[in-house]
Amino acid sequence: MKEYTEKIREIAKRLLNDGTVDMVIGFRKGTLPMMNQPHIATCTDSADELMWDSNCGLNLANYVTDRKEKIGIVAKGCDSRNLVTHVIENKIKRDQLYIIGIPCSGMIDHHKITAMFDTDITSVKESGESITISGNDFSKKLIKQDVLCENCAACTHRNPVEYDELVADLVEEQTDVDPYESVTEIESMDAEEKWNYFEDLISPCIRCYACRNACPLCYCPTCFVDESTPQWVGKSQDPIDVRTFHLLRAFHCAGRCTDCGACERVCPMGIKIREFTKKLNKDCLELYGWEAGLSLDERPPLDTFKTDDPDEFIK
Amino acid sequence: MKNFLEHTGIEPGRLHFSWISSAESTKFVDVVKKITHEVKMLDPANKRYVKTEPKVD
Repeated sequence: MKEYTEKIREIAKRLLNDGTVDMVIGFRKGTLPMMNQPHIATCTDSADELMWDSNCGLNLANYVTDRKEKIGIVAKGCDSRNLVTHVIENKIKRDQLYIIGIPCSGMIDHHKITAMFDTDITSVKESGESITISGNDFSKKLIKQDVLCENCAACTHRNPVEYDELVADLVEEQTDVDPYESVTEIESMDAEEKWNYFEDLISPCIRCYACRNACPLCYCPTCFVDESTPQWVGKSQDPIDVRTFHLLRAFHCAGRCTDCGACERVCPMGIKIREFTKKLNKDCLELYGWEAGLSLDERPPLDTFKTDDPDEFIK
Repeated sequence: MKNFLEHTGIEPGRLHFSWISSAESTKFVDVVKKITHEVKMLDPANKRYVKTEPKVD
């Protein structure tokens, strides 16, 4: 990962120096282990803060919405797909972007790692495929592959789909994984079990909206949950309000979600929010053969009409 | 959307979609009859999606 960091800094400095871009959006070391922060470098000094490791799971496409400057942006597979989605949805122009592509080998799941230990983790060090977790009175070596985020472990688009420059050679894409395994499992339940499954899933939700804030798709000037005239959804923690929020949030991402996992990563309660969006992704793939963010030239299924669109649902 | 709601636990048969022109009054009547019949065949929805009073722990 050190090579990635050095290469990112080198590219960022070059772009800032020759005026290709006004800023470079990337990551810097966070104040807590496994919590890297998004960082906007506007001069070569602050470009030295840019870095890369397996804790860069946030989606940086979230920070380019409606910007007018020329932007250099560090993008792994999912970020690049969200950048494509942004371009398609007119939230940024392609020629404003200089995409620094990161061939990605997956991000580690801080929820999973934190749950493995009883005491606080004070440092997480990474070398190659192993990760050393240490605290005040312990130190343990883990294999990165075992603690990958669920979406990374089943990712089929690790390489950026759109980029101007790569920091390293492309990595091999995974082909023997099924991103929709859990969806298939839920599909086989009956209605009552499904209802209860989702009831349990979202019961810890505190309606903090971190999932919405971290999501690059959620760029509405006023979100439906914040509107008061009319008030679309109650603000309480009543199970019905919570479910309404989750259903609507997910449906707003239909045909747009790239399964980057930012929502799950930021959830303070560790809710598997992707269970909602994954079903929509699976439907989009099965009904329209569509995966979000793979091409700048194709319109998404929900904003086009074809005479052979599936219509079994309507009588 | 139908798939999605049914995936999260709404019983098949409770949710109906139809396209009816303002001139198709007979189709409207037929569809409403069919829907009310089909929904009545299902048990009550256990007040799902109906908020009654604030929940107090």
